[in-house]
Amino acid sequence: MASRYIANTPREQQAMLGTIGVAAIDDLLVRVPSKARLARPLAIGPAVAESDLIRELRALAARNADADSHVCFLGAGAYDHYVPSPINHLISRGEFFTAYTPYQPEASQGTLRTIYEYQTMIADLTGMDVANASLYDGASSLAEAVLMAMAVTERAEVVLARGVNPLYRRVVAAYCDGPGIRLRETASPDGVVDLDGARKLVGGKTAALVVQSPNFYGCLEDIGAAAGIAHAAGALLVIVSDPVNLGVLEAPGRLGADIVIGEGQGLGVPLSFGGPYLGVFAAKQALVRRMPGRLVGATVDRDGRRGFVLTLQTREQHIRRAKATSNICTNVALCALMATIYMATLGKEGLVRVGELSAAKAHYAAERLSQVPGVSLRFGGPFFKEFTLRLPKPPERVVARLLKQRILAGVALKSLDRQLGDCLLVAVTEKRTRAEIDAFAEALGRAVA
Amino acid sequence: MENIPAELRYTNEHEWAKREDGKVRVGITAYAQEQLGDVVFVELPKVGARVTRRQSFGVVESVKAVSDLFAPVSGEVVAVNADLPKSPELVNQDPYGRGWMIVITPSDGAEWDGLLTAKQYEEFLAEGGH
Repeated sequence: MASRYIANTPREQQAMLGTIGVAAIDDLLVRVPSKARLARPLAIGPAVAESDLIRELRALAARNADADSHVCFLGAGAYDHYVPSPINHLISRGEFFTAYTPYQPEASQGTLRTIYEYQTMIADLTGMDVANASLYDGASSLAEAVLMAMAVTERAEVVLARGVNPLYRRVVAAYCDGPGIRLRETASPDGVVDLDGARKLVGGKTAALVVQSPNFYGCLEDIGAAAGIAHAAGALLVIVSDPVNLGVLEAPGRLGADIVIGEGQGLGVPLSFGGPYLGVFAAKQALVRRMPGRLVGATVDRDGRRGFVLTLQTREQHIRRAKATSNICTNVALCALMATIYMATLGKEGLVRVGELSAAKAHYAAERLSQVPGVSLRFGGPFFKEFTLRLPKPPERVVARLLKQRILAGVALKSLDRQLGDCLLVAVTEKRTRAEIDAFAEALGRAVA
Repeated sequence: MENIPAELRYTNEHEWAKREDGKVRVGITAYAQEQLGDVVFVELPKVGARVTRRQSFGVVESVKAVSDLFAPVSGEVVAVNADLPKSPELVNQDPYGRGWMIVITPSDGAEWDGLLTAKQYEEFLAEGGH
């Protein structure tokens, strides 16, 4: 059957088969066991008109529960922060609408400039000297930070706080399997790092101590104390941070972090059912030669005019091959552009306001929800925009019940942390209203009664 | 005429070696820095690291190229030029002096005799230096 969209006609297929001396395409598949082969055509219905197809796809899409159709208290690494409308308009411009750093990058001064501004704003927010042009997401940024710490310190052990997002820890474990990095974990019995336990684990073999703050359970960690422990052992302190919080929270760089990574999704990148997101990566100047990812630098041309270039490319694999210190020569330029426009649109005051509103509403929600009989905050201590609740009924069932009332109640932690099987992780952003929070509390009350 | 001090020994990779109280000071030759152009970065091992003859002990990066640095002799690194991270241009300005890179305590004294003399290095350069 001739295909309308695949420019590969039966006659061309015959010509190609003739050239390689094969009678039929099936002859190329003789090595595939017959029971693994489909003996009939794919069950795809007959062609339909485009308008009918769109209607069908819309109906399918309408079955999704998303943050527009439901009230979202989901967090655990991705947050329903407001995405200002200039972002979509500006990224849709033809000059910008690509996911890639362009080839011959210096020919695209506008793109390089936005990346440079992104790096500058991320470095400011995190309190670090340099930020790269971005990596894929928070998890891959953390894995790269661990590899970088190993290269910098020439040590092969990394201590991860249990409060680091468990999905990130899985990605780190996958990256560390090949190079043989030993991963150790500190306990967080009260929701935050047990500092005495960490002090025992971090020693002369430790490349880095990794702490997330606010951590996966929502709790704020003592970054300064963690820095003291790491640095006393000659290890680096890697902080996992959510940059959208840093309008309010102290920059990790000012508390002693050597590398700050994070998921930048909150900075104007839509939830999009899990990606593409934005891997934030920033470090101290002294470590820049070991930093992965692309870097845009500012310079002047021969007439003294300001311009932008990809800099320190000698770290990268297309130049240094096997000896590269950066083996990730791409970035998520479009998501980084969203973050750039987001930060520029909100400005310093706007970012502070987002943080203050999120924190205030989260604290209101925590108070309301923990007044529900049988419901309590799992951990004491300060939190920011997310907190862990202990429920008297199985959290998965509560989540399913509230879903029917168009409330995304939070993340049931059982599948991510077996010790917290009775817990629900709730996130509150500046978008939530008092009415929504009150309705959530009432619905929760009915669900656990 | 190249600047090739007679009292030093050399490698095919354009490093020089200078014997000092049983130790060996190492850098790259005037010819090497000319070929590289402006040096912008030098990555050196830490004091205490072990290096092996003809194997890479560091990296020199110029505006034109990135090149490995090869150890003229095997041994332990006992000193590293701490000025180079901030002033890599010393490699261009004074390759045999302030542009030195590391000092090695050799583990095998016989390796010294395998290095090129100034005359041999000069001939090597005259043949094209490859």
